[in-house]
Amino acid sequence: MTEQTIVNIGPSHPSTHGVCRVIVTLDGETVVHAEPVIGHLHRGIEKMAENRTYLQVVPLTDRLDYVGSMYANWAYCRSVERLAGIRVPERAEYIRVIVCELQRIASHMMGIGSTGADTGATSAFMYTFAQRDHVVELFEALCGARLTYNYVRPGGVSMDLPDGWVEQCRAFTAQHPPVMMEIDRLLFGNVIARARLKGVGVLTPEDAVGWGTSGPVARGSGVDWDLRRDDPYSVYPRFDFQIPLGEIGDCYDRARVRLWECVESCKIINQALDQIEPGSVHAEGLPRLLAPRPGDAYDHIESARGSLGVYLVSDGSPRPYRMKVRSPAFCNLAVLPLLAEGHTLSDLIVIIGSLDPVFGEVDR
Amino acid sequence: MNIDELREHLCSTYPDLCPLFSVEYGDGMLMVDSSRLHEAASDLRDLGFDRLGMVTAVDTGDEFELVYRVQSREMHAGIFVKTRVARDVASIASVNDLWPAANWQEREVFDMFGIVFEGHPDLRRILLTDDWVGYPLRKDYEDERIIRRPDYI
Amino acid sequence: MAFVDDLGAALDKTPGGGIILTSLDAVMDWSRGKSLWMMPMGTACCAMELIAASFSRFDFDRHGSIPRPDPRHCDVMVVAGTITRKMAPAVKRLYEQMPDPKWVIAMGNCAVSGGIFYYDTYSVIRGVDEFLPVDVYISGCPPRPEALQDAILRLREQVATDSIVPGRDRQLNTILPTPGSPRKGDSAAADGDDS
Repeated sequence: MTEQTIVNIGPSHPSTHGVCRVIVTLDGETVVHAEPVIGHLHRGIEKMAENRTYLQVVPLTDRLDYVGSMYANWAYCRSVERLAGIRVPERAEYIRVIVCELQRIASHMMGIGSTGADTGATSAFMYTFAQRDHVVELFEALCGARLTYNYVRPGGVSMDLPDGWVEQCRAFTAQHPPVMMEIDRLLFGNVIARARLKGVGVLTPEDAVGWGTSGPVARGSGVDWDLRRDDPYSVYPRFDFQIPLGEIGDCYDRARVRLWECVESCKIINQALDQIEPGSVHAEGLPRLLAPRPGDAYDHIESARGSLGVYLVSDGSPRPYRMKVRSPAFCNLAVLPLLAEGHTLSDLIVIIGSLDPVFGEVDR
Repeated sequence: MNIDELREHLCSTYPDLCPLFSVEYGDGMLMVDSSRLHEAASDLRDLGFDRLGMVTAVDTGDEFELVYRVQSREMHAGIFVKTRVARDVASIASVNDLWPAANWQEREVFDMFGIVFEGHPDLRRILLTDDWVGYPLRKDYEDERIIRRPDYI
Repeated sequence: MAFVDDLGAALDKTPGGGIILTSLDAVMDWSRGKSLWMMPMGTACCAMELIAASFSRFDFDRHGSIPRPDPRHCDVMVVAGTITRKMAPAVKRLYEQMPDPKWVIAMGNCAVSGGIFYYDTYSVIRGVDEFLPVDVYISGCPPRPEALQDAILRLREQVATDSIVPGRDRQLNTILPTPGSPRKGDSAAADGDDS
């Protein structure tokens, strides 16, 4: 036992994936305690929503999880639809599933790329960002924005698929899985990456459940829980897909689960593109100013980071009385002190990366 | 145990609260008195509700409504547990000992509403700076740095 | 930069030193403008576009703008994203750690004015220019990587008007190119400043 050193990492540090500050107590190079300090991106979105109409809140939800904006859009819209009793046309549900699975790919490309960058393999980032840019271009063709889409609206989606989009999307889903196999060999087959990832930051299934983690973090630990299958919403029961699971819950398993989820997402997109039929993409007869009944509603979806829920309270006025976002990244990040203990400082960086937090969503 | 057996069990355990318990969209709602919250939460956890999904609060004007969402993977069910605490003595028992997930979520509620969770191991502000004055999500929060949005919907 | 500052001030006073000074300025501005290393102060959504800008598709390294996480290596701070009251002291401190001469690009509406987070919020700073001197503003929520590329090229034009004499450069710094003004490369007198 030597004298302990306290090291401050962040809030602006290239390897904390955003504006996270971690106060690390070190014994030599070994982490004794790591305390995340969050809130550097707390913008008060929940307070802002109280002074906007239901439709005006949608652009705010874009800025929550800025790597996967479609999810927050969708979770919020589902909550509003439940509160106001809106039925969404089937075509809109299919489009939502397609864009959200594309978004999962885009988001996981960021996560896998940063796993590579954390372990010293920046070239993985080059591959994954090229794939991410394909998805972003599809979204740009769809709604004109690269990151903040404002596409899913209460009652449907803002506009129909443009001409030729389906073909572009099919071309992407055809070329994506081979690239994933290539990244699998390039990154996860690499002896250095395996040495850096395997056995680092093991999260036991009991802790994963108790600490409320979800998404790839929980599934990496072998917790078989995915809202798309276990609490089915939208048209997910019509698709055939697997839920990848990790074995021991280390950084390698979490990153690997993300990789396989991308392949499964391609399968879902292909099935959805086969099944989608022409029709309306927005519910008919909605008032311009939604004023749902007094009451509350909660709905959640499986985002790229886990179960993302939105809790809305209405007092009958056209503005939400209270909006609460149940952020998966917030709960996932809470296990960081647990995982980091006993590992070296360089492993701490890998562990933060494997939790894949997005601070827009952690801090809200 | 399925959701109907669960309802029967909860209705027999909390007879005075039975009419408030409804299962809608697979979600149940259980309204308990703030003094019995920890007991009810512990009961639910023993029944198989192993995940604490969300802890939040709503400022209803004269009191705070605390909302907990617990989930059971086995029953594929989620239940809201709601309770009310008075505004001037806003304090409630922490459920951190049942689900460690409550640790950060209760800190967030404390940060935003100023509700004290008794028995919480580390109750500090989490999102705002330590020297922040006031609790922003309270409806009567005043801050001269806020610019109100003009009303042009 | 103390030595260069002294040299510039001394040359300015020396009879005939102006000619040397002009040549020195040209060399200094050329070398500074071609390697504007970025301090990526990415906090929110715009950081994604900042990352995308430096990877395979847009490849900013070809402009000599390499993102360096250490402020002591950097010339230009790209503030990409919302700055909150909790974050502002850290941003200011990082800016102070950067060596002179230094520039600031405010990328995105949040860094320009608070953007979508202007009203009703209690924790957002309405524009990074409340505490930093900003040289180039980029609008957009978030701006495309091409917009950042344009900002770097505009900043390079501005750097080309700098002088090493202390005091003189800050005065020139405030003359920003008006939107839509012709580029250096557009005119017949291309002076080798093209990329």
